[in-house]
Amino acid sequence: MTTAELIGTDPGWISLVKGLLIFIVCVLATLMSVWGERRIVARMQQRLGPNRVGPFGLIQALADGVKLALKEDLIPKAADRIVFVIAPIISATTCFMSFAVIPLSGKVTLFGHKTVMQLTDIPVGVLYVLAIASVGVYGIVLAGWSSGSTYPLLGGLRSSAQVISYEVAMGLSLVAVFIYSGSMSTADIVAAQHQWWFCVTLFPSFVIYAISMVGETNRAPFDLAEAEGELVGGFHTEYSSLKFALFFLAEYVNIVAVSALATTLFLGGYHALPGLGFTENWLGGWFTVIWFLVKVVFFFFIFVWLRGTLPRLRYDQFMKFGWKVLIPFSLVWIVVVATLRVLSQQGAPRAVVLGFTIGVVLLVLAGSSLMESAKKRRVREDALGEVSAPNFPVPAIPSTLMKKETEQLNG
Amino acid sequence: MTSLALEIGRTAAPEAVMFWILAPLAVAAALGMLFAKKAVHSALLLAWVMITLAIFYIAEDALFLGIVQVIVYTGAVMMLFLFILMLVGVDSSDSLVENIRGQRPTAITAAIGLGGLIISLLGRATIGVEAIGLQEANSAGNVQAIAEELFTKYVWAFEVVSALLITAALGAMVLAHSTATKSRTAQRDQSIARFRGASLATAAGLPNSGVYSRHNAVDVPGLLPDGTPAPTSVSATLEARGDMLTSKPFELEVKEVEED
Repeated sequence: MTTAELIGTDPGWISLVKGLLIFIVCVLATLMSVWGERRIVARMQQRLGPNRVGPFGLIQALADGVKLALKEDLIPKAADRIVFVIAPIISATTCFMSFAVIPLSGKVTLFGHKTVMQLTDIPVGVLYVLAIASVGVYGIVLAGWSSGSTYPLLGGLRSSAQVISYEVAMGLSLVAVFIYSGSMSTADIVAAQHQWWFCVTLFPSFVIYAISMVGETNRAPFDLAEAEGELVGGFHTEYSSLKFALFFLAEYVNIVAVSALATTLFLGGYHALPGLGFTENWLGGWFTVIWFLVKVVFFFFIFVWLRGTLPRLRYDQFMKFGWKVLIPFSLVWIVVVATLRVLSQQGAPRAVVLGFTIGVVLLVLAGSSLMESAKKRRVREDALGEVSAPNFPVPAIPSTLMKKETEQLNG
Repeated sequence: MTSLALEIGRTAAPEAVMFWILAPLAVAAALGMLFAKKAVHSALLLAWVMITLAIFYIAEDALFLGIVQVIVYTGAVMMLFLFILMLVGVDSSDSLVENIRGQRPTAITAAIGLGGLIISLLGRATIGVEAIGLQEANSAGNVQAIAEELFTKYVWAFEVVSALLITAALGAMVLAHSTATKSRTAQRDQSIARFRGASLATAAGLPNSGVYSRHNAVDVPGLLPDGTPAPTSVSATLEARGDMLTSKPFELEVKEVEED
């Protein structure tokens, strides 16, 4: 029985229970991740982080939520009132929707009913997640526009451009997964990884997805839509109280959502680590949920690590990176993957497959070394063509030294 | 509910309920799109119409089409529209004054004509005609069926359309591209300009705007160490708009204390 058929046998109340469970998990995950992020970042910055409310400061996020809710709710005079109110609602509702197709566990028994912890399984599940994500961005963009103020508008504009660019890279990185699993349904993709996770076999796709998921969620180092150093708070500058809390919630639920999708697509979903397959039957199958959560937490840690480590990209560099690096690279990678897949499906001899792979690797190496040497030459030429030194005292510039050296060498 | 379903013939009950809830909403949104004064409101209502259409597609077993409709139209095309419209600003509404003479009657006539054409076409294609072959077409799966049609029967049309779109995109880029008349000043050039300039006073950046207890705002000039206001501390835009406040030069009030 496939997962889709198994879910099809669920009575309505089981679906309701599952929906409720998923919602509760998401909200709890948000509260925990706010606390976790602050604690981890604090450790990275040699601080302690929130440690006052509850044991280890665990319910700090709850206290913050109550504080936010009790604040005055302002709507600026220049704002477009209707859109201003709708925007956070769009953000907060869409972020939960993508969890409907994420398989959280293998086969389990829920209230005596055999099922899986997945609300629904549709043949285009992953595309559905992409669609929901693209609707979710409306929240950010509209918040920026409706605030009637310059910084939020800039934040909204940045966000819309950012999402369009990075969604292309993200979609392209998923193509290889579709080709190898032969399906766009999340349950089938997880099932296709029972032996080898796609993060091993399709490593380049995994890297591209990991980069673009950070871009898609507006997180550091790609948090240009709310760059606090440049745009105050970006798209949510004018928001306060519960409306701001909704954006806050949406951001963290989105992080969990993209982490969950990454787990599903590349880290084998609810499957155990290789060699620990026997644990999947523990607790009547419910242990798989723990494996899933461990992997999601791993991704979440990476998000926090990035935030604690990397400075924000400049906007033009960010766009250049998306369009000139990620997208061409994924296109080439898709061609390679598709060729390999066809070769292996048509039973080509191993020598041909190996030859093709080696050829591609050699081509990539040759190209990158050519680019590297061209870059070096350019840097050298720039240094040689340096204009005369400024007429106020400055420390010796390495290029001038180099120039002298070359002059000496040339006689 | 059953009578409703019978009325619509072969439509299943949940689908009928969904239709009668969403269809009026979609039509209302479409009308609202026509009559909304702000361009962004129009765009939003159009996005809503697109989403309801996608839901209808999904309900009609065209799962792939529905999802792709949301990704491509709502997610990408409408987002680009919004990108442009947002630059217009929040409080500007479109002028409803007619510039072309006789535009309104012509447009109404054309709209009625097109509407009639579409209704009659759809009527001929659907009324009294039993739709067959959906199960058969979707037997291998909706996505697989579309893929097979697209890459076998319609591969030529598919390629032609993609070539056309790429040509259009390239054309747009060529038309929009213009060679810069002067080279862009990069961070390095700006830095050199600051230090090579006549005075080194602004080498470390312009002074901050009013940051003392009464006026912690961008529209008040800050005070220099000698107590005089620094006009360069306020953005030139604010000054041109006349949004700049004046800050009084700071005077020590020591004398009064001595008199007391």
